[in-house]
Amino acid sequence: MNRMLWIWLAIGWIGFVIFPWYQQEYGFWTLEWLFDGYPTYVDYAPAILQATLLEKYWLLPVGLFLLGPLLLARQGRAHPKYAQILIISGLGGLIWMVGQGFAIGISGWSYGWLESLFGPLDMRQYGLGYGALLMAASYLIILCTGLAAAGAMRGDVFVTSAIGTVVALVALFVFFPVARILGSAFVDIDGAVSGAAFARNFFDDSVWGLGCLAGGACGVAWNTAFLAILTAVSTTLLGLAFALVVTRTGFRYKKSLRVLTVLPIITPPFVIGLALILLFGRSGAATQFVSDLLGVEAGRWLYGLPGIWLAQTLSFTPISFLVLIGVVEGVSPSMEEASQTLRAGRWKTFVMVSLPLMRPGLANAFLLAFIESMADFGNPMVLGGNYEVLSTEIFFAIVGAQNDAGRAAVLALVLLFFTLSAFAAQRFWLGRKSYATVSGKAESGAHIGLNPALRRLVYCTAVPWGIFTVAVYGMIFYGSFVTRWGFDNTLTLDNYVDAFGIGWSEHGIVWTGAAWDSFWTTLNISAISAPLTAAVGLTTAYLLVRQNFRGKSAFEFGTMLSFAIPGTVIGVSYILAFNVPPFELTGTGVILVICFIFRNMPVGVRGGIAAMSQLDRSLDEASLTLGANSFTTFRRVILPLLRPAIVAALVYSFVRAITSVSAVIFLVSADHNMATSYIIGLVENGRYGVAIAYCCVLIVVMLAAILAVQGAIGKRKLRREDRIAPDRLTPDRVSPAGENLKEKHS
Amino acid sequence: MKIKTRAGSVVFENVTKTYGLGAVTAIDNVSFTINPGELVTLLGPSGCGKTTTLRMIAGLEHATKGKILIGGKDVTQLPATDRDVSMVFQSYALFPHMTVLENVAYGLTVTGVAKAEAHEKAEEGLDLVGLAGYGRRLPSELSGGQQQRVAVARALVLEPEVLLLDEPLSNLDAKLRRQVRTEIRELQQKLGLTAVYVTHDQEEALAVSDHIIVMNRAVIAQQGTPRELYEQPASGFIADFIGDANLVGAELVEVEGDMAHIEIGGLRQTLPHRGLGIGPVNVAVRPDAIELSAVNGESGQSSLKGHITHAAYLGNQMQYSVTSDIGDLFVIDPHIDAPIATGDEVRIGFSGRGLAVVPTDE
Repeated sequence: MNRMLWIWLAIGWIGFVIFPWYQQEYGFWTLEWLFDGYPTYVDYAPAILQATLLEKYWLLPVGLFLLGPLLLARQGRAHPKYAQILIISGLGGLIWMVGQGFAIGISGWSYGWLESLFGPLDMRQYGLGYGALLMAASYLIILCTGLAAAGAMRGDVFVTSAIGTVVALVALFVFFPVARILGSAFVDIDGAVSGAAFARNFFDDSVWGLGCLAGGACGVAWNTAFLAILTAVSTTLLGLAFALVVTRTGFRYKKSLRVLTVLPIITPPFVIGLALILLFGRSGAATQFVSDLLGVEAGRWLYGLPGIWLAQTLSFTPISFLVLIGVVEGVSPSMEEASQTLRAGRWKTFVMVSLPLMRPGLANAFLLAFIESMADFGNPMVLGGNYEVLSTEIFFAIVGAQNDAGRAAVLALVLLFFTLSAFAAQRFWLGRKSYATVSGKAESGAHIGLNPALRRLVYCTAVPWGIFTVAVYGMIFYGSFVTRWGFDNTLTLDNYVDAFGIGWSEHGIVWTGAAWDSFWTTLNISAISAPLTAAVGLTTAYLLVRQNFRGKSAFEFGTMLSFAIPGTVIGVSYILAFNVPPFELTGTGVILVICFIFRNMPVGVRGGIAAMSQLDRSLDEASLTLGANSFTTFRRVILPLLRPAIVAALVYSFVRAITSVSAVIFLVSADHNMATSYIIGLVENGRYGVAIAYCCVLIVVMLAAILAVQGAIGKRKLRREDRIAPDRLTPDRVSPAGENLKEKHS
Repeated sequence: MKIKTRAGSVVFENVTKTYGLGAVTAIDNVSFTINPGELVTLLGPSGCGKTTTLRMIAGLEHATKGKILIGGKDVTQLPATDRDVSMVFQSYALFPHMTVLENVAYGLTVTGVAKAEAHEKAEEGLDLVGLAGYGRRLPSELSGGQQQRVAVARALVLEPEVLLLDEPLSNLDAKLRRQVRTEIRELQQKLGLTAVYVTHDQEEALAVSDHIIVMNRAVIAQQGTPRELYEQPASGFIADFIGDANLVGAELVEVEGDMAHIEIGGLRQTLPHRGLGIGPVNVAVRPDAIELSAVNGESGQSSLKGHITHAAYLGNQMQYSVTSDIGDLFVIDPHIDAPIATGDEVRIGFSGRGLAVVPTDE
């Protein structure tokens, strides 16, 4: 047990003595530093040389704290001050590391008062590098080991370290950036802290103006809220109609309706917008058909509120459908049967029993769609026109001509306020209200059908909308083969050749397509982030389901919080937080990976919680009483049983990383361009054909990934059955009936 | 037999366990001693704290106050991993992804025993519970009774100082239950194990135990041998919980040596007074200690009368509900050939055995 501590201590020393302290300019994985002046060159020197040879004396204490645990070398746990020494070393080391990082930046002291206190400093520091990373990990584990020794989590080092690690990661990559936004909102353009800047940006007419009541344009906050409410209402109603069709009618194509629920997972967010342009844009198919027919001039109605609303309703209806299937099925059939035996007809039963029982579920679907609409970036980007919403405004405040970080921060805060309110309402208000009628008991009885009028209504809503959705997706694939939509409708492969052309030369394959770069980067980064996301998510789920500790509900809230933070806000906050030392990550691939991990982590957590709640707690307890520690239990009992959940988390985070755009668009760089931001670029240049072709390729890749994994899971089950079958046939095994006999006689 | 036994004792000294910052008290200042080689049952209604007590011995819960000793060693702060006990779970908790042999060997391999040795020992464990040759199966391919035995084998191969069993029979059907509890008892006696057994089934407890600790509302209500508990219940609760009992108000009128004269609804009985003085007492009357006779018959000399409100035929006995001056009574009568009809008036008498004086304050 103590061995782990010594290993981590050794890692800390290696970080201090061997690896470069500062960040490497040429990327995380490059080894250039090894051959270019290491170890004495200032950019590549390890901390110990920085602190002595290069006179950065403030780095000495960073190593000093690593001396503490060495005091324990002889006595180990028997040392009377074992816990205290470890806590002081770990905590001290961490605080000093972070403190010096913030205090001394690119241009000497970061804060004026430090300069006046210690005099000017003509040295500079860059972002923390490998050495610092190793030392931080080492200090964290030392601290957690100390806390465990002092009695935290009943002395369980593994659980304490897991909690410590998750808390540290969430603090650094969720709370710290959000705090930075908060800070930036109060900073003037010239860097001074002032409430006036905040007030000016916040009370600006462009945010809260009510001009639309007088016929003008409203503030962006009202626009966003109005759109979100419209979208939430329409998706909830449509989702309910679909859910009723699937669960309460004899509709023949139920299975194909369920396929709809997979669509939003594999659809890059602006694809719907693109398809709508192909249909209803000025040169869209439907527009031209109607204008030819009626002789009216093609309008621009699509660009603005109607278009975004339509696109968002198309995009998010499957999500509320998915939520509401569970809700509608969750209403116990026996309740409805009881109502019917009490002489209520189908309509009365639906209105007075079923619907009220579904109400919390409906509210949940509404809030989810509200959050999704608020956070949506792709559709407003493509279809927005003059209708401004917060997510795009934030983007333009940062990248546009204004480049006003203060305004972006204020807008981000407004957006964050909206989504967090909805998130809080969902968790705290709805959390207590749900009528969970799904019990462990097997319930017999079937759901009653709808009354004829209602059935006709849901058919008339769901079926046309389903056909419309299919048409939109069909448009995407068809559109990718058309030369120039609306002008030259001949079929061609040019779009694919442009993006994904492969040529041959004397050197072998040449990737001539323009999209290959971003395509490989996307797959690469998604593939790296998926296992990390699954690991962090499942570990968190394990802590939440299986461990009890003080502050657990705060811990849970913190880990689920990033779900409610819109991608644009994450993007802005990451730029603000990780553009300067001590954490200098912008422009690297690492920041994309980190962004994906913490954006998709709640999904992994939820999946893990759901899967782990089904594992009986006595399995862990049996393992513990048999002498295994919690780490062995986690590794040998829980993880193997969670395999399906792990696979699902892997696929989901992989796919979500591919389709994500809102946060990514702030974080991409020339070296690390992602598919989605590349496609946005294509759209902005009007190259719809290529953009759509690229989207099609992404959809196909993601579908392939999902199907491959589902195939793999299916096979695993088969193999298990295979294994059972021959066992039964071997002669020394007896038939089940024989077993019973044996049991009676033994 | 290569599986050895190192039976240890279990001692609770003033142990208290509270949950949620003291809001709920699961165990309230409980002390007891379990001697090496004994099978002791923790018995009580659900929520009485018996399972919490067992889990505290296992180290899955930790005492808020007090001291726990296993084999003479203070283990109060020791987590489950480091305690020398093993447990058979109500759900068996067999790892579904491991074979039977891997399940049984698990405890050995995770504590650093070489794989070959662990498997050899696991085979012996399976042999001990009569499942030799079943090692390569998955738990899901075994019947409930077999799974139960695998769980026992898995616990035994670690040669624990104390074997804990948490309602081990509750997932078996009634007939199998009787057989398996006999097997467990035989195995425990053969190996001389210290075993702590939790159940809410009083018949099961009477059948297997050396000692029974009856718990109620977070404290020990009574402990003793099965016979002591049945024949000398310390309270109305015990009398009612261990076998059925009618609790009847009575008057202790005279003490004479160990015995006392008791008046129950005008009838006089002589019973051991068990330390109670003159005054109102309760008498726990077993249902089969009440004798009913038809009023018109001459056999009964009793002046206590009642009415049959309900009569049921159960094959080997009649069950009656009777209202009388001393309250409603539940009566079991083996005379199935002379049933009494609902509504009839009866005389009520008591047989000598099956009555016990208990204090009134309940």
